[in-house]
Amino acid sequence: MTAVQRRWLFFAGMAILAGFYLWGLSGLPGFGNYPGPYGFVINRIAVAQTNATGVVSAVNFEYRGFDTVGEEFILFTAATGVATVLRQLRNERNEGQAGDEALGPGSAETTDAVRLATLVFVGPTVLFGWYLGSHAQTSPSGGFQGGVVLATAFVLIYLAGEFLVFRRISPVNLVDAVGAVGAGGFAVVGITAVALGLPYLTNFLGLGTVPGAVSSSGTIALISFFVGIEVAAAFVLIVGELLEQTLLVRRGAA
Amino acid sequence: MSGRLALTSHLLAVVTPFSVPPALMDALQIVILVLVAGAATMVVLTRQPARQAIALSAYGLLLALMFLALQAPDVTLSELTVGAVALPILLMLTLAKVRKRE
Repeated sequence: MTAVQRRWLFFAGMAILAGFYLWGLSGLPGFGNYPGPYGFVINRIAVAQTNATGVVSAVNFEYRGFDTVGEEFILFTAATGVATVLRQLRNERNEGQAGDEALGPGSAETTDAVRLATLVFVGPTVLFGWYLGSHAQTSPSGGFQGGVVLATAFVLIYLAGEFLVFRRISPVNLVDAVGAVGAGGFAVVGITAVALGLPYLTNFLGLGTVPGAVSSSGTIALISFFVGIEVAAAFVLIVGELLEQTLLVRRGAA
Repeated sequence: MSGRLALTSHLLAVVTPFSVPPALMDALQIVILVLVAGAATMVVLTRQPARQAIALSAYGLLLALMFLALQAPDVTLSELTVGAVALPILLMLTLAKVRKRE
């Protein structure tokens, strides 16, 4: 096929794609126009039903909690996959190397300014992550966001210090265990409801009396906590494995 | 479009001491949409991968602001953590790994 023919084929394909795209766009609801009934229904009943004023969390961890279990296990599976592939590679490479040497030195180019600036942020980051994870029921927040913020605190520590410090505060076994407890805890909350004779993931805990209080909303807060530690562990695990790989390769090249 | 918009904002309107006039909110949304489009173009035009990851982070930050202006604080937090932080970090780590192997 000549270049000219290929170009015409491209233009024809683009024209068809553009046609379908514009057709699809013309059928979208207008900007800011919400046609469906569910949002309005949820807005009316969610706070009264769950005592959670963080209605998005109420939807995530209660009304469509079953979907969220699946999403959580997607992340868990992804982290497991990264660990499986990269740990295998590392073992292959490690053969004949002393165990301590395998970790290798971090890059030594971190300046004092970077160290100080990142260390200052570690405390507030941990606090903010914990706040997000524990206030899903009261305000816009939740375990997913809180977990990622918590994990970035570990990345800040890596930036401020060395990989060895990162590993000392997040040992592989501990991170694996926390991730498993988080992912399993969510599922166990659901199964506990079944054991009590209720449908899976029914909110079996007391909802509290004050809507929007931290202690209100029963299993919504509990699930958010489990999601938070699972997400934090999964991100620390993925970042840690990638870092270890990078340092190994860097050491190999040096 | 503005008719529908006005209808929806009327339905959802909650007046607080911090409420701003709808016209001002529209202006804010338009400004942020333009900024997001500009940042997206910038990400595409940045050809060096490490710089592109940083540009992507800035784009994620603007996208988060856009969600905030569209009154979706929960999505804002998700976009902020995943789009502006986690994704660029993973990209940088992957780049470091690939580079050192070469």
